[in-house]
Amino acid sequence: MHPILAHRGRLLPYLAACAPLGLILTGLLARPGALALGEAAALAFPMTLAFAFMGLSAWYPCRRLPVKGARLLPLVATHAAAALLTSSVWVVLGAGLARLLALAPGWEALPADYDAEVPALFAAGTLLYLLSVAMHYVLASLEAARESEQREAELTILAREAELAALKAQIRPHFLFNSLNSISALASSDPPRAQQMCVLLGDFLRKSLALGEKASISIGEELALSRSYLAVEEIRFGARLGVEEDLDERGQECQIPPLLLQPLVENAVRHGIATRVDGGKVRLGIAYGGGRLRILIENPFDPESPVRPGSGRGLVNVRQRLAARYGDNAMLAAKALGDRYLVVISVPAEMPA
Amino acid sequence: MGVLIVDDEEPARMILREHLAKVGGLRVLGECANGFEAVRAAGELSPEIVFLDIEMPKLNGFEVLELLEPGIAVIFVTAYDEHAVRAFDVHAVDYVLKPFSPERIAAAVARARERLRRRETVSAPEIAAAARPEGTWLSRVVVRDGARVQIIPVEKLDAVEAQDDYVALKSEGRTFLKAQTLGSLAAALDPKRFVRVHRSHLVRIDALARIEPFGRGSHIGILNDGSRVPLSREGYARLRELLG
Repeated sequence: MHPILAHRGRLLPYLAACAPLGLILTGLLARPGALALGEAAALAFPMTLAFAFMGLSAWYPCRRLPVKGARLLPLVATHAAAALLTSSVWVVLGAGLARLLALAPGWEALPADYDAEVPALFAAGTLLYLLSVAMHYVLASLEAARESEQREAELTILAREAELAALKAQIRPHFLFNSLNSISALASSDPPRAQQMCVLLGDFLRKSLALGEKASISIGEELALSRSYLAVEEIRFGARLGVEEDLDERGQECQIPPLLLQPLVENAVRHGIATRVDGGKVRLGIAYGGGRLRILIENPFDPESPVRPGSGRGLVNVRQRLAARYGDNAMLAAKALGDRYLVVISVPAEMPA
Repeated sequence: MGVLIVDDEEPARMILREHLAKVGGLRVLGECANGFEAVRAAGELSPEIVFLDIEMPKLNGFEVLELLEPGIAVIFVTAYDEHAVRAFDVHAVDYVLKPFSPERIAAAVARARERLRRRETVSAPEIAAAARPEGTWLSRVVVRDGARVQIIPVEKLDAVEAQDDYVALKSEGRTFLKAQTLGSLAAALDPKRFVRVHRSHLVRIDALARIEPFGRGSHIGILNDGSRVPLSREGYARLRELLG
């Protein structure tokens, strides 16, 4: 589409920019020895308006022949031919107008006077057309720059989304291999428990994959995923791992990005419970009110145990995802209080549509 | 031959015990669920082979390795740790990946017996250093203090002095001896916080109170606790550069 005609907002400024041309043309025609001022203006403004539209036709040859990579001769020949043709049509239109205006009383001499101006007008028309060609090339290059910028921005967003999708679907290999090892151990000593663990693990994997594909899920669904994860870990850690929930029923339907809590619950086990000889309880809390949903994940940890690799990565991921979804409207605070670690998230309470 | 199993997860210890029972000539001396227990049990039970998990409460597998007698054949057990596995490959340390087969355990035991027969030893600090992701530094130093295990966070490690095959670690007015070279310890510590000020001395920059001239053209460092550390010409230059 034409860069000026395609946008409503651009046509009026363009026509306004052409108005001075009408004045110049009036001046040209009203110079001493040529037309009277009134006659000149009556001819010049409609002709300028007509040219304003005719000049736009330069877009099409410009688009067909981009300056970049074009050979000079065909480029010049095409535009020169188009300029001569456009200018000829324009001058003929002007002649018609002059004859129409000659019907007005006292302007009978206008056609003859106009015909005397034809060579000057023809030259002016040719030049104006070439000016229009130049303008269109500038417009085309601006448009191309804007488009490539936009494409780049779109690619950045796409890459970001792909990265997030990968994050969401990510199941920590450490967890998977340890679970398999537990199943292997239980297979001979406690077959029913090994079976149970296979079912729980399958349940967790299926849920992760299904939820990870959605844009939003309810906090209730997310908590169900956390429970199935913790059920697997409870077999691995035995009595060392406990779970406590403090949930506000009203908030259960609130929508959040999927697998938002999962990395934090995994952290609570790996960097919390697993660091303690006697283990402890992971506490999950949901509070709802004032249009906001608050989520609390709390766990004990041993400040004197060595830091395990990968600590902090999950938190960074969650922060990024919160920022991508809510901008400044979400809050995440994480800190250690003595031997307890707390993560608090506050997001706008979005109800399902 | 005595074996010790060290893993904080009960099912993991169970399956290891089960597989080891199928290997002839072995006796499982005990099971430990954390790093402290492992070091104590190794001292009391004198196992020849130790199966050692990496992520555990109190002390991780690398720290336990540093505190074990060098003659013990250690087989690391891990679920997933790219850095550690690379380090094991580089330093020819044996390891098994969870979940493992009985055959894999039997093969690991056979190799351990071979290593014991040839009296091969591994350098614990070097393995720990190789397993650390690049650009990360030691956050604490572990050392045996009689039967106890002393953990020195690096922010409390004031200075280290090389003494023959040992390093003397100075922390909060006390000194602990550890069998390690000063070079390997210096390489594991953050160079922005610790400076090798002398061929046989390392100091934590924040523990240094001032520098005084000492004799002709040479200098000496005074630590916050008043003790003195010799500065070599190069060490003094290094300090000047870091202190700006």
